[in-house]
Amino acid sequence: MTETASNPAPTRDSQGPVLSVRNLVKHFPVRAGGLLRRQVGEVHAVCDVSFDIGSHETLGLVGESGCGKTTTARVLMHLEPATSGQVVYDGTDLTRLSRTAMQQLRRELQIVFQDPFASLDPRLPVNEIVAEPLRIHGLYGADGRDQVRELLRIVGLKPEHGNRFPHEFSGGQRQRIGVARALALRPTMLVLDEPVSALDVSIQAGVLNLLDELQEQFGLSYLFVSHDLSVVRHVADRIAVMYLGRIVETGRADDLFAAPAHPYTQALISAIPLPDPRKERARQRITITGDVPNPADPPSGCRFRTRCPKFAEQLTEGQRRRCIDEIPELVDRGQGHPAACHYAEGAALL
Amino acid sequence: MTVGETVLEVEGLRVEFPTDDGIVRAVRGVSFGLGRGEVLGIVGESGSGKSVASLAVMGLLPGSARISGSVRFGDAELLGATDKALSQVRGRRISMIFQDPMTSLNPVYTIGYQIAEAIRAHHDVSKEAALEQAVELLDLVRIPNPRERLRSYPHELSGGMRQRVVIAIAMANRPDVIIADEPTTALDVTVQAQILEALDTAKRETGAAMVLITHDLGVIAGQADRVLVMYAGKLVEAGTADDIFYAPRMPYTLGLLGSLPRLDVKTERLTPIGGAPPSVVNMPPGCPFTPRCPLSQQVCEHEEPAAEPTTSPDHLAACHFSEQLEGREPGDLFGADWRDEAAAPAAERREDAR
Repeated sequence: MTETASNPAPTRDSQGPVLSVRNLVKHFPVRAGGLLRRQVGEVHAVCDVSFDIGSHETLGLVGESGCGKTTTARVLMHLEPATSGQVVYDGTDLTRLSRTAMQQLRRELQIVFQDPFASLDPRLPVNEIVAEPLRIHGLYGADGRDQVRELLRIVGLKPEHGNRFPHEFSGGQRQRIGVARALALRPTMLVLDEPVSALDVSIQAGVLNLLDELQEQFGLSYLFVSHDLSVVRHVADRIAVMYLGRIVETGRADDLFAAPAHPYTQALISAIPLPDPRKERARQRITITGDVPNPADPPSGCRFRTRCPKFAEQLTEGQRRRCIDEIPELVDRGQGHPAACHYAEGAALL
Repeated sequence: MTVGETVLEVEGLRVEFPTDDGIVRAVRGVSFGLGRGEVLGIVGESGSGKSVASLAVMGLLPGSARISGSVRFGDAELLGATDKALSQVRGRRISMIFQDPMTSLNPVYTIGYQIAEAIRAHHDVSKEAALEQAVELLDLVRIPNPRERLRSYPHELSGGMRQRVVIAIAMANRPDVIIADEPTTALDVTVQAQILEALDTAKRETGAAMVLITHDLGVIAGQADRVLVMYAGKLVEAGTADDIFYAPRMPYTLGLLGSLPRLDVKTERLTPIGGAPPSVVNMPPGCPFTPRCPLSQQVCEHEEPAAEPTTSPDHLAACHFSEQLEGREPGDLFGADWRDEAAAPAAERREDAR
């Protein structure tokens, strides 16, 4: 296992992590509109991101739009090449693998996409959609049909409906088809990219429960990417909060919600309305102003400082200097879990 | 909770769209009153008819829609009113905030022009005076450097800023009613918090009553005085926020609360509502929630329950067995039988309905 000393603590799982991401960086070129499409800049989508996922474990990767969470998931799956850094799965660095070698590894690492309307081929019946990974990997044998039926049953669909096309199913059912397809190769890890964001709450709950049971049944590890902290709290064992390409805070879900230490995490938790009128009316909010800065030109030092209420209201001039000059490391400063803030301080918000 | 003078009264509102597949009954008899200064939250999932109902109130539905019932605003009947009469009300006495600020702002005009236009459409003021008011409005919704921003085009602003411009336009003529249809749905949570604050400002500055339409029960919990729950084009429950969240009397409401993952409590298992909402084309008789309802009995299949008072005269629920919900938790009502949930594809349900 390749690890450097400065990295965050590995999981508590004694068997060691299933997947380790180390110092992952992804830059996208920004090109001029002209004929030559000259490169005029770089979007720093993912910046020095490191985390581990243990076996049977769910890591929730949360953040708002544009924070780099989906890019992280895509780079991790080798759907986009990494600019630098490592993604180590079972002793192999995925970022260096050839296409064919990666294809073999895809048996173990699968992804479920956000939009169940765009991620299923509309011209294939459901049976074929679920059978496709088996065929690609040459595993669709004599019992292929039975395997597909079993997969549909596992995700809570009726195997008899396998001849139907995706448009005949509702959003929740389509997402289940996507999960069945991802499970076809019996992976050890699933990357779930906003798997329930497109669904109504009453349907979403069913899919979340399904994911929970599948994890139990097949011993899966999940990387659960979502913008919805309530959902992430429900599913994740550990959570990593991203802001503008960096992880700003990470820790066990219960710790992180009990005492969020980074001002951004605090603002995020405090911005989410609770479905409980008495609690909600009594709550005081930490509001942050402004919008996420342009990722092609992120602020120096701490990337959150331009919107940080602590920076604006509590810090002295000298302390601010440090936020401007020095990138805060993601380490535990006595809050019980790592936070990337020079002046991290736990706060009870719920 | 303040039940004062009623500014907007909706009675038996029905909206139908004829389509090739049959008549889509999007709204099937919705009645509610909106008190002065009150925030009325309307919740429901996609297809419940909450947006269509609000568009009908504003007279913004396409000509093919068949609308009946009554929408009274003060002394005026809005349904069937001429466009000329409606334009006296729309944007001036009742204004609307839509979900997507990119489509509700005109991309080819500056935001200063668009706000001033909203003011000048209803008031005889000079362009300069209108622009001056626009600056004040932008300042109220906390847009930094409002004077410079007047010359910006919508595409130059972020989603949250655009929505604040839309709110500024909505409050420009000090309306009596603001209808906000999913005003924060397209936005990130931290921006959502800013927008909810801007809506608060709009309410405070204009004293307008507000209809807040959303699928987010959290937003409703924090903002609404009274709540209407819609399902399949009908009001299935109405009451104060406390009634709805702490003493729901319609199984659907209880089910919604049970399927929500919570930020403040660690839930081991969610209790989803089995099945999916019915197709609004050729809806079967009886209570539309019957196929998904753990309490359903034979009567539910034949007879659609009316909204009747439950815990208090103002807490209405449309359920034959609402008294059975007293003290029930979502978990013991909706079993954990998730496998059956997705059993029937949408197409099959449609066939059943025929």
